[in-house]
Amino acid sequence: MINIIINMVSRLLRGIGSRMITRVWRLGAGARLFMLAIVYSGESFRRFHLTLREVYFTGVMSLLIIIVSAFFVGMVLALQGYNTLQKYGSSEAIGVLVALALVRELGPVVTALLFAGRAGTAITAEIGLMKTTEQLSAMEMMAVNPIARVVAPRFWAGVISMPILAALFSMVGVLGGYLVAVPLIGVDEGAFWSQMQANVDVRADIINGVIKSVVFGVACTMIALFEGFDAPPTAEGVSHATTRTVVISSLTVLGLDFVLTSFMLVV
Amino acid sequence: MDRTKIDLWVGVFVALGAAALLGLAMKVGNLTSNKIGETYSVSASFENIGGLKPNAPVKSAGVVVGRVADISFDAKTYEAVVTIKIDKRYQFPKDTFANIYTAGLLGEQYIGLEAGGEDDVLKTGDKISQTQDAIVLEKMISQFLYNKASETDKDKSAAPAATEPAKEKSTELGDAPF
Repeated sequence: MINIIINMVSRLLRGIGSRMITRVWRLGAGARLFMLAIVYSGESFRRFHLTLREVYFTGVMSLLIIIVSAFFVGMVLALQGYNTLQKYGSSEAIGVLVALALVRELGPVVTALLFAGRAGTAITAEIGLMKTTEQLSAMEMMAVNPIARVVAPRFWAGVISMPILAALFSMVGVLGGYLVAVPLIGVDEGAFWSQMQANVDVRADIINGVIKSVVFGVACTMIALFEGFDAPPTAEGVSHATTRTVVISSLTVLGLDFVLTSFMLVV
Repeated sequence: MDRTKIDLWVGVFVALGAAALLGLAMKVGNLTSNKIGETYSVSASFENIGGLKPNAPVKSAGVVVGRVADISFDAKTYEAVVTIKIDKRYQFPKDTFANIYTAGLLGEQYIGLEAGGEDDVLKTGDKISQTQDAIVLEKMISQFLYNKASETDKDKSAAPAATEPAKEKSTELGDAPF
């Protein structure tokens, strides 16, 4: 009887321990891949068309989803904001609300979440399949470093694309908010823009938003790359890795967002 | 997909991003003070400007006729000097009255101009002499409380006298506040 209980407890403890060790191991391996990607990134700038190709796939192809969702997010923000602000007789503040919400938070965060779903999964699946079909090993056989040839260009493409997409998201969102607030609801156009300009600071709000999106770009792309690189070379392994990319990227982005915001608001 | 086409699309993408950032800085942020055509600037001193900010609207009869360009502090008179830019199309007499109003209960503050009757008009560099400060709620409340307190003191001193004056006091209290 006592033996059985000891067995159960030890199995439980071993289970927790092995999960912890796996997580920490993955974190370390991910950090190592990040370092390697930085070290071997020379080629992705010397042969810049490699990076441009990836910017095309991760950035340009994400334009549609980013622009359409930004438009709707902006419109919903304006509708909801007006509904509450109008109770306090300050519906002119709608412009400030929409712009600050988009530039500070929603622009970088929602872009990163969409990016993880649209481009991150593609990266993971592509690299996972390359590994499964032994293309990566073949590269090594030909003395081509797969990190310099495959990982680094995708990494830099993600880092370049994310701030551009986030800036577009914020701008299109503001336009969407404008469209609902001014022609549809009838808020005064001058007050809409002048209040926005009086309250949105270029350095404290817009530049900080760009910094956030660069950090999210690094995080999302790196997680997608690592999951692809680490995927077991089976169909099931690649599918699990793709799912994990979305889950881990989203959680990381939201967690990082809190940390970054707390830094930015204190300083 | 051939390389030149990819280059083209990436170029379009980057240009769009740059345009969006520029738009954010110019149109959303406060990088440029938005211009309202040709303007002339006049100044006005206030003892208290409340929450007035640069770029706040200057209105006359509810119509935006200009913007607040600059707010500074005069160390000699201990007053706030507000420089406002008014659209050249609108000419105001020299004895125009400048007030600081609040849009709604919690809204932003703006300057309201009430035209006077003089023939000479304001020109660049002129100073509006007749101004009214922003209303500070705390001041008003404390004034009201002070008045109230002094009235009740009077009541107390008047109480041991006759009943007639006490009645008068109560009617006075009815329409006393503000």
